Amino acid sequence: MERKTLDLWVGLFVVAGLAAVLVLAMKVGNLSTFNMSESYALQADFDNIGGLKARAPVKSAGVVVGRVTGITFDNASYRARVSMVVDKRYQFPKDTFAKILTAGLLGEQYIGLDPGGDEVNLKSGDKIAKTEPAMVLESLISKFMFDKAADGDTAKK
Amino acid sequence: MVNGVWRLGFASRFFLATLLHSGMSFRRFQLTIKEIYFSGVLSLIIILVSGLFVGMVLGLQGYETLQKYGSESALGTLVALSLVRELGPVLAALLFASRAGSAITAEIGLMKATEQISAMEMMAVDPIARVVAPRFWAGVISMPLLAAMFSAIGVFGGYLVGVVLIGVDEGQFWSQMQAAVDFRQDVMNGVIKSCVFGVAITAIALFEGYDAPPTAEGVSHATTRTVVTSALAVLALDFILTAFMFRGL
Repeated sequence: MERKTLDLWVGLFVVAGLAAVLVLAMKVGNLSTFNMSESYALQADFDNIGGLKARAPVKSAGVVVGRVTGITFDNASYRARVSMVVDKRYQFPKDTFAKILTAGLLGEQYIGLDPGGDEVNLKSGDKIAKTEPAMVLESLISKFMFDKAADGDTAKK
Repeated sequence: MVNGVWRLGFASRFFLATLLHSGMSFRRFQLTIKEIYFSGVLSLIIILVSGLFVGMVLGLQGYETLQKYGSESALGTLVALSLVRELGPVLAALLFASRAGSAITAEIGLMKATEQISAMEMMAVDPIARVVAPRFWAGVISMPLLAAMFSAIGVFGGYLVGVVLIGVDEGQFWSQMQAAVDFRQDVMNGVIKSCVFGVAITAIALFEGYDAPPTAEGVSHATTRTVVTSALAVLALDFILTAFMFRGL
């Protein structure tokens, strides 16, 4: 068995194919920008999650620190339970505030973490106590309308 | 009807025999390498050129629509996601079926028509192990590599039109793309898709060739059937795989 030029071409072909996968992973995909080597799990209950989806980012100060892993409905409290994983490198105090925010006007929804001032940090499996539900446009409009109506009443008196 | 079921049964037995007699295509890997050259390396030009143009068209069309909503920065996401998830694997598979699948069918059909297959059997050489299995594994190995190259060069084509030609911001183009494309969910699922397509196309092409009536007309019909059947199989399998992979998103 000896080497032939054909082998060279096939070798080049395989290298080019693997390089394409690598390009897709590094340049196109997010393998290079965000990979969680070690992470810990957190939970949070929300009154309303709006359009939050699994795999949505968890951000703090605009930096992606984790991902939403699952969303379930808690039948005891009638609230949405969101589980997420956060990178081990980022630690948050126990009284961290979790809100559901929207990227831009029509963008996707994500979880924003506002760190509190507690000395103790959140551990794996902990539940974030303080949460703020997603902003729902309809309820916002109705609140605005009621406020306007109430303003009119007081002005008349 | 009965004939169709008969053929299906024979096709299944043929596929099983190919898998069982695959040992030789790895022990004498030179055989497989030769077939990778014929079905993979020689398909490169058509794959790369079509990938580039598909990416460029996506860039143009995507820009036209996205700029109406003032969100042309999402062009990278659109181009990359549509290529990696769908167009890369599917179009590369369709091109592969018409470029390499038809050639495999014609080659094996002619081998049968010129009684080379029977001659091998006479010499106690198993034609499945010697002729069919190396071609099968060559197709299965080549297909995902070709699809990945198609997607990669397509993204480059989208970049050429979007960023270089039209002037979408380069940073937004790449960063939004990287934020939206997930390696495991999108890229790997695309690779899995193209592996499945590779199995389907080469299995169909090999079977049609092996089952072709040993006449000029029979081989020509078999070649046509290969392209038609594998195109349909790729599109149907794509629907099924997509339904499984991207359901909960």
